[in-house]
Amino acid sequence: MGVDEIRMSEVLKSPIQIKGIREGLLISLGEGSFQELQQQLLGHIDHQLVFFRGARLALDTGGLTIKASELGALRDQLSERGVSLWAVISSKELTETTARMLGLATRLTDAKSEKPTSGSKNDVESGDKAVLVRKTLRSGVYLEHDGHVTIVGDVNPGAEVSATGSVVVWGRLLGSVHAGSRGDREAVICALEMSPTYIHIAGLITQLSARKGKPQPEIARIANENIIVEAWKPKSH
Amino acid sequence: MSAKSVTITSGKGGVGKTTATANLAVALASLNQKVVCIDSDIGLRNLDVVMGLENRIVYDLVDVIEGRCRLRQAMIRDKRMPELHLIPAAQTRDKSSVSPSDMVKLVDELRNEADWILIDSPAGIERGFRNAIAPADEVIVITNPEVSAVRDADRIIGLIEAEEKGPARLLINRLNPAMIKHGDMLSADDVLELLAIELLGIIPEDEAVLISTNRGTPVALDGKTHASQAFHNIARRMMGETVPLLEFDGRSDFLGRLSHLFKA
Repeated sequence: MGVDEIRMSEVLKSPIQIKGIREGLLISLGEGSFQELQQQLLGHIDHQLVFFRGARLALDTGGLTIKASELGALRDQLSERGVSLWAVISSKELTETTARMLGLATRLTDAKSEKPTSGSKNDVESGDKAVLVRKTLRSGVYLEHDGHVTIVGDVNPGAEVSATGSVVVWGRLLGSVHAGSRGDREAVICALEMSPTYIHIAGLITQLSARKGKPQPEIARIANENIIVEAWKPKSH
Repeated sequence: MSAKSVTITSGKGGVGKTTATANLAVALASLNQKVVCIDSDIGLRNLDVVMGLENRIVYDLVDVIEGRCRLRQAMIRDKRMPELHLIPAAQTRDKSSVSPSDMVKLVDELRNEADWILIDSPAGIERGFRNAIAPADEVIVITNPEVSAVRDADRIIGLIEAEEKGPARLLINRLNPAMIKHGDMLSADDVLELLAIELLGIIPEDEAVLISTNRGTPVALDGKTHASQAFHNIARRMMGETVPLLEFDGRSDFLGRLSHLFKA
């Protein structure tokens, strides 16, 4: 913490600006060399790890020219801190190209206008990104991901998971889950014990009545404009 | 001497942080441990009241941090237990008068003075909580067997993990076996199932706690009540002893266990 205080004073002087937007956080880097700004940004995030953890970040890099290796390294450093970089806004065409090469959006509206990848029938849905989270999500944690999410652990009441794809909870689902958050109606939610606060798939939302008896694995999906929850039977999937 | 620093926190207010801090301090001191309690609830101090040391305050935590007095001048020695000391919070300031690094510095300075440093955290998850947690070697999360308190405890445990101060240990306070038996209260098992951390102890609901708190004589000073016994057991567990849990949890043969307790 001693170090943090020093960092804090640096951070206050830094040109970095943070703004909350609909898609997450927008950080404007301001003037300076990329190396300097990168250090300031990471210092800032380290100082408030709890706040940034799980955040979706769009980065406004202004007129900076950033190399692919630099941007890739920054993305990895952010992801080590639980921050997912999804967009880079730049006035330099070269930087935009670099960002697109890394699969990042270059406009803030990209996230919304993208068509959901609807129901590929392949066994392996190529091109989809999935993450494996090996810990229990406690109250107050918000996990958002562009792709599928598997959680090995519980989702406690007060924790929220939002994914553009499906969500699998290898544990007890007691919190809230939004699958198919950009409208993918093929998304499913599975849990070993399905007792969520609420579940949300694409545009539909439901609360489940209290479960009786021994918990069993269940799967929630959309059928006929409703979310249905049924016992998960290996053969049917 | 190199003291171990332990922060007692909960998220939710009113679950018994201050009472537990005072009583664990008394129980540790009765094991001949030198204990310094720090009230980090600046602006809403009351550890001094619970310990019955209110009218002996001259200097406080903020005075030490801002250099108006030496550390030892702010340590109030409890006349009932010479091993027990309190550094009170400032009442006329707020949480922002202290930073996490101030707390780390202060506690490091205290380490040579004591065996245990117990830090009473304010409620909440903001600055005051971060101040309290920064110097901790160990964190004790206290909760009541009720849904809202357990929810906040879960959040706090997550924050403690994020600050890399974990794994925290759990105290369940004000457990009422009769209510559990009637299905009106969460049992210790219900609480543990959700929070999934090590249980350090259970303190039963006991009106002796309230009475003693109002009098400024922590219940642990008088060894007879159940709550007092629970605090003394917890102190021994903190010292590394293996002490079986008192069974208050109202499971199947709860009546048998209870009558056994009353005989004991």
